[in-house]
Amino acid sequence: MTSNRDQFTTMSGVPVDPVYGEGPLPGEFPYTRGIHPDMYRSRLWTMRMFAGFGTAVDTNGRFKEILRHGGTGLSTAFDMPTLMGRDSDDAVWSTGEVGRAGVAVDTLADMEDLFADIDLSAVSTSMTINGPAIVALAKYIAVGDQAGVPRDQLSGTIQNDILKEYQAQKEYIYPPRPSMRIITDMMRFTTAEMPRWHPVSISGYHIREAGATAAQELGFTLANGFAYVEAAQAAGLAVDDFANRLSFFFNSHSDFFEEIGKFRAARRIWATWMKQRYGATEERSLKCRFHTQTAGVSLTAQQPEINIARVALQAMAAALGGTQSLHTDAYDEALALPTEKAARIALRTQQIVAHETGAANVADPLGGSPYVEWITDEMERRASEIFDHLLELGNGSMLEGVYEAVDNGWFVGRIADSAYRFEREVNDGTRIIVGVNAFTEGNDNNGDNLLRIDQATEDLQLKRLATVKQARDDEAVSRRLAAVRVAAQDPTKNLMLPVIDAVKAYATEGEICDALADVFGRYVEQAVV
Amino acid sequence: MLSPMYLAATSNKPLSDSSHQPASHQESASHQASVQSQNQPPIRVVLAKLGLDGHDRGLKVVARMLRDASMEVIYLGLRQTTESVIAAVEQEDADVIGLSMHNAGHLALAPRILQALRDAGLDVPVVIGGIVPESDIATLTEMGISAVLHPGSSAVEVAEAVRGSLGEQPVGK
Repeated sequence: MTSNRDQFTTMSGVPVDPVYGEGPLPGEFPYTRGIHPDMYRSRLWTMRMFAGFGTAVDTNGRFKEILRHGGTGLSTAFDMPTLMGRDSDDAVWSTGEVGRAGVAVDTLADMEDLFADIDLSAVSTSMTINGPAIVALAKYIAVGDQAGVPRDQLSGTIQNDILKEYQAQKEYIYPPRPSMRIITDMMRFTTAEMPRWHPVSISGYHIREAGATAAQELGFTLANGFAYVEAAQAAGLAVDDFANRLSFFFNSHSDFFEEIGKFRAARRIWATWMKQRYGATEERSLKCRFHTQTAGVSLTAQQPEINIARVALQAMAAALGGTQSLHTDAYDEALALPTEKAARIALRTQQIVAHETGAANVADPLGGSPYVEWITDEMERRASEIFDHLLELGNGSMLEGVYEAVDNGWFVGRIADSAYRFEREVNDGTRIIVGVNAFTEGNDNNGDNLLRIDQATEDLQLKRLATVKQARDDEAVSRRLAAVRVAAQDPTKNLMLPVIDAVKAYATEGEICDALADVFGRYVEQAVV
Repeated sequence: MLSPMYLAATSNKPLSDSSHQPASHQESASHQASVQSQNQPPIRVVLAKLGLDGHDRGLKVVARMLRDASMEVIYLGLRQTTESVIAAVEQEDADVIGLSMHNAGHLALAPRILQALRDAGLDVPVVIGGIVPESDIATLTEMGISAVLHPGSSAVEVAEAVRGSLGEQPVGK
């Protein structure tokens, strides 16, 4: 959504400037106050709402609806089997989970259905998938190839942030080092062929949801970002050739000013490190661009309607913190996937922040506030302590430090400690959560109108997969899977190419991931409580 | 295949960075626990997540809550199958199974674990924690789940649900 007004005034008609206070101003290094000089005046944040359910045909219908209503960005949620590299017909792992928490995508045929009658050169697509990201991207490219869309016109983002999977979300397949090889192959491929594609979205969101503090979210996420930069540089890429397509994804939780300080500190740290440590020179390489989602973990099952107020405040923090795009959570998400009404209220909530509150009229309106500046500095200081620890673990290498801290359970241990501390504070009453440990009158009524995905989806998807498997050339499939294995054994090969070939032969996601696991092995987490 | 993490029962209060000692839930939980532990060996609880879902924050918090309530936790963690849970229960001579569910799989997964327990001839109660719609709780308890805990349940409620599952088993189990 774009705003083209010439003059910005308060509700009472008082004219306001685009920015107030001292420099460095928004748009100036180190971008603490924002990455654009006039921030939301020229362009509001993108209201990108995450969707996906049932079969590819179901989600395709939702996508077309979004496009009919003027949306240009699609955001895809996959179901658990797809996120874990398992096919819908995997009897051990997939039964009961197909199409439930997102859309099921087994073969290229599902990706064809997902984007049927959608012009891939005219939309930007976000795909939230990590472990099997290379297979999902290959399928998207293949759909584009079929439709004659040149690869350099494909625009979008694939989350593909494997490091935070070992730390928080746990949707990994292979061990860290081979996973990193896959990611650098994807970075190399997109840098050469897909200039409008963002190959990694470095995500603090899940780290925070797993229990991290704001400072840990900031420190762990940026450390992961530096690790990707070091991996790409080690793979021979020049920093200014790829850094401008790295983007971030943060959480907006309930402590209003702490969140704003975190967002401001993220921009400052990223710009400083990219310039000083990694030698980036182009302005776009220095700018920390990020998507924000309100904190799902803050939503309460008790009195779910009051979550609307929480989401509004968290959305406001994201706007005042200078986010580039925003997903607002639906109030019923502590109970189930959102109903359509709840999702609409969530979108309306950020529209109110954007259009009614005046928050978008002035860039970094809280900049210069003694408390906001102090907490920004404090977030930066606490993140620096994390960087110091990781650099020490890695003997000066952030990449090695992150590997080591994954291996020795440091990340998961710190996150579990923070989660437990928070829970104890709620338990002993030192931290009030409205409706949970205080103000509980009215807790008796919840969960009437919930979205349910029925068993029919799973049956339909199983039939779909069986039909595709029957129609394909099995010999071609095994040949191309063998080629994937061969390339996996040779680090000088780029895995994107054989994986694209395999999806075009309608090899399933599970088959391709298994082929890679034959060479790379599977990661098994050492349980840390 | 099993590599669980063991949490031995403890009566101290770890990780409390506040000097403030409220006389609320936690106190009574440790009190009950110490009374109980004088009379009998600690309750042994297997904690696991079935299936693919990776949300383990709640399960880890529950592990520490039960430890603080003087129980012994056998933490299996993520990506367990009914077989691996049953194997752990047999191997560890566990008293209770705690399962965490966050992605709407409870109506499919609960009958499977209950059937597997019956097949193995085990009489071990199952407590479920996580995101379960209110309207599914009756269905789950009717099929034989001992208790369902929601996000926001206190340490006392968690410990009581585990103890209750041993003391007040539904008839017919």
